[in-house]
Amino acid sequence: MASVTLTIDGRQVTVPRGTSVLEAAEAAGIFIPTLCHDPDLSPWGACRLCVVEIPGMRNLPASCVTEATEGMVVYTASAPVLEARKTILELLLANHPEDCLTCHRNGDCRLQDYAYYYGVRASGFAGERRALPVEDENPFIVRDMNKCILCGKCVRVCQEIQGCHVVDFAYRGFGTRITPAMNVPLGESTCVFCGNCVAYCPVGALVEKPMLGKGRRWEVRKVRTICPYCGTGCTIELNVKDGRVIGVTSAPDGDVNGKALCAKGRFGMGFIHHPDRLQAPLVRKNGELVEASWEEALELVASRLKEIKEAHGGEAIGFLSSARCTNEENYLLSKLARAVVGTNHIDHCARL
Amino acid sequence: MTNTIREIGGADFILAIGTNTTEAHPVIGLQVKKALRGGAVLAVVDPRDTELARLAHHHLRIRPGTDVALLNGLAHVVVAEELWDRDFVAARTEGFEALRETLAAYPPERVAEITGVPADTIRAVARGYARASRASILYTMGLTQHACGTANVLAVANLAMLCGHVGKESSGVNPLRGQNNVQGACDMGALPNVLTGYQSVADEAVRAKFGAAWGAEIPSRPGLTVTEMIEAAGEGRIRAMYVMGENPVLSDPDAGHVTEALKKLDFLVVQDIFLTETAQLAHVVLPAACFAEKDGTFTNTERRVQRVRKAVEPPGRAKADWEIVCLVARALGYPMGYASPAEIMEEIRRLTPSYAGITYERLDRGGLHWPCPAEDHPGTPILHVGKFARGLGKFHPVEHIPPDEMPDEEYPMVLSTGRRLLHYHTGTMTLRTGTLEVRYPEEYLEVNPEDAARLGIESGDLVRVTSRRGLVEVRARVTDVVPPGLVFTSFHFPAVAINRLTNPARDPVAKIPEYKVCAVRVEKAGPAAAV
Repeated sequence: MASVTLTIDGRQVTVPRGTSVLEAAEAAGIFIPTLCHDPDLSPWGACRLCVVEIPGMRNLPASCVTEATEGMVVYTASAPVLEARKTILELLLANHPEDCLTCHRNGDCRLQDYAYYYGVRASGFAGERRALPVEDENPFIVRDMNKCILCGKCVRVCQEIQGCHVVDFAYRGFGTRITPAMNVPLGESTCVFCGNCVAYCPVGALVEKPMLGKGRRWEVRKVRTICPYCGTGCTIELNVKDGRVIGVTSAPDGDVNGKALCAKGRFGMGFIHHPDRLQAPLVRKNGELVEASWEEALELVASRLKEIKEAHGGEAIGFLSSARCTNEENYLLSKLARAVVGTNHIDHCARL
Repeated sequence: MTNTIREIGGADFILAIGTNTTEAHPVIGLQVKKALRGGAVLAVVDPRDTELARLAHHHLRIRPGTDVALLNGLAHVVVAEELWDRDFVAARTEGFEALRETLAAYPPERVAEITGVPADTIRAVARGYARASRASILYTMGLTQHACGTANVLAVANLAMLCGHVGKESSGVNPLRGQNNVQGACDMGALPNVLTGYQSVADEAVRAKFGAAWGAEIPSRPGLTVTEMIEAAGEGRIRAMYVMGENPVLSDPDAGHVTEALKKLDFLVVQDIFLTETAQLAHVVLPAACFAEKDGTFTNTERRVQRVRKAVEPPGRAKADWEIVCLVARALGYPMGYASPAEIMEEIRRLTPSYAGITYERLDRGGLHWPCPAEDHPGTPILHVGKFARGLGKFHPVEHIPPDEMPDEEYPMVLSTGRRLLHYHTGTMTLRTGTLEVRYPEEYLEVNPEDAARLGIESGDLVRVTSRRGLVEVRARVTDVVPPGLVFTSFHFPAVAINRLTNPARDPVAKIPEYKVCAVRVEKAGPAAAV
């Protein structure tokens, strides 16, 4: 493939033809802030935060939608660039709730990060602010469109990854907002609640409802594991605080799924700490299942299985293993059935 | 799957048979949509007008249980119009002449009569599939859960081999498996006839190898499948059962009979995370850890072995299933003990050629597709490249056989069952999430408007559905998602225990029950209510 060599902040960078200036800078380890850009989504050029200075161009182009060309010279942190970025951030913050104290995304918010990085305070442009009702009528996603920066990531995720086309830009100018068709709440739209828009939202406009108030991002330990539902095998991150799973977030790079999940994988983990979980062995006494010690339960299992095996042979005992359990556990149950009890009557619900 | 999930996104023709992919495997559905955005043609074979069917270029709204006829019809067109891959068939397969003879009896016009799919559609799909360069077949239990399930799968394989769409990128024969580790449970020998890696119990050398490793004699006679065990329990041939993480009372066909059979057992042990409908019948219930509370591995539908990691402690005195099994074995006098699941995997890979190269250390860097025979082997994302596992790919001619139970005067409609997007299997988990069951609190029966008008049923009415085996009451939703004559619901809700109705008739080879077709009667049961 043909390549081009350009100079970014005085460094020579060689990239394949067709690479954007932003990608070229990232490849060289040079930082450029972005809000609307994501490598999984089509280039957009909406937020303008990734502007750079390229001598010969008549204004500051957005690096995410500018193709790197042979001999191009790029400055990513010149004075005009920094001034432009600060102004963009001031404009965004002028119409953004100063709500970081209670915002679920505090500490995990790109707008907050860049405001901090560029030393931008909110007061630059005083004026009208949005006052839209927060939408939380569905059990999965809370939409606070007052916090929306109109980066359009949710729109592109829903079109380009989820293929559902539920939300898009509506209205004009100051009134512009993201909404399902006919401006109905998500719960009345065709939304399937995969929550993939939440995974890509760079601010607190879209958050997982079940996680609200359960833990700040820096208090949470993320454990990378595999979803327990269907056979797709999506990678998920269990968010753990104080020994409890408070929710699920996308891993950045799931082997099978990237960041995509479905409603069950993202929002269906409440069963883990459900009060109905079995917490102690149960043994039937006088027709009722009552709590017992492990010793008592195991002794009963062993003695009854031994009796039945002695009276009727190992083949009078059947085992149902589980498509829900791990490989190691299925292996051990087969070993228990075949080597210990002496029966090949073992199966699971593969056919069901 | 012969190929990987991500490869679906690169296909230029997708034939999806009996798979409600966007609901049952939503993230695999995204790859189908990706292929469509790239210009792929999608043909969907399904009696129901699912989301996937609405995305399709060709929706083959087949009569339930006529898949063999349809697939033979497609293959007939491929042969008749000389679209088959001569080089592939000559070099890599055997039995073509016998197949050609069988296919002769399936011209599109006859197939159209059997299946209800127009002959022109059959021709168009056959041509599209045969001429594509990267054609992938996807199927799920809409194809397999029939008394002729094995024949259906063989017919799929015949079509794929005929067109040479096996053993190359973004093509292949791709069953989408339903449960997180159903592939792994099979791989690990949780099956009556094989040990790990599908090594047959009937093979003396295999038994000798496992016998030596396990210090015990392995019985040589293959055991019974789930539904056969339940039958044997009912007849007193099975006296005790040990059930780990399964809920046959709701998941097995003819559920009334399942409950009766389990009640006859002298002893029933259930090991689970909740007091399921099956556990409620047990003599002993052992509390297990869920996936978030233990380490281990799952193998997904594309044969990728992936690491499951412990995030939190089990509740109360619950223990991981692997620990419980070790405790039970030791109580029975057998020395079974491991420091960790990683140690169990070491034993598995010593006994299992297809898992020999899979270690926890490697899995920490990403999943591995089996077969992975050595630690320096990269795994096998695509099967049958250059050569089939058995050498030559064998064509198995198969004939159309109608479903075991067809509608008649007394039971004039067909019931089919499946899954919903927001729920899972018997609802044990998804009815306890605080989210999914809030959004989708109650199951309903899909009834076509024509049938609804005839039966005087409106959406929200409570209806009684009766088969030869049992009855349930469920609210109706009048919708043209189902064609006239077919009603559909899921098996997720204990309150709508639809498997009291389903037919335990099984495929003679795979022993899979015919969940997708049974004859029922539908009638109005009570006053209207909101749905």
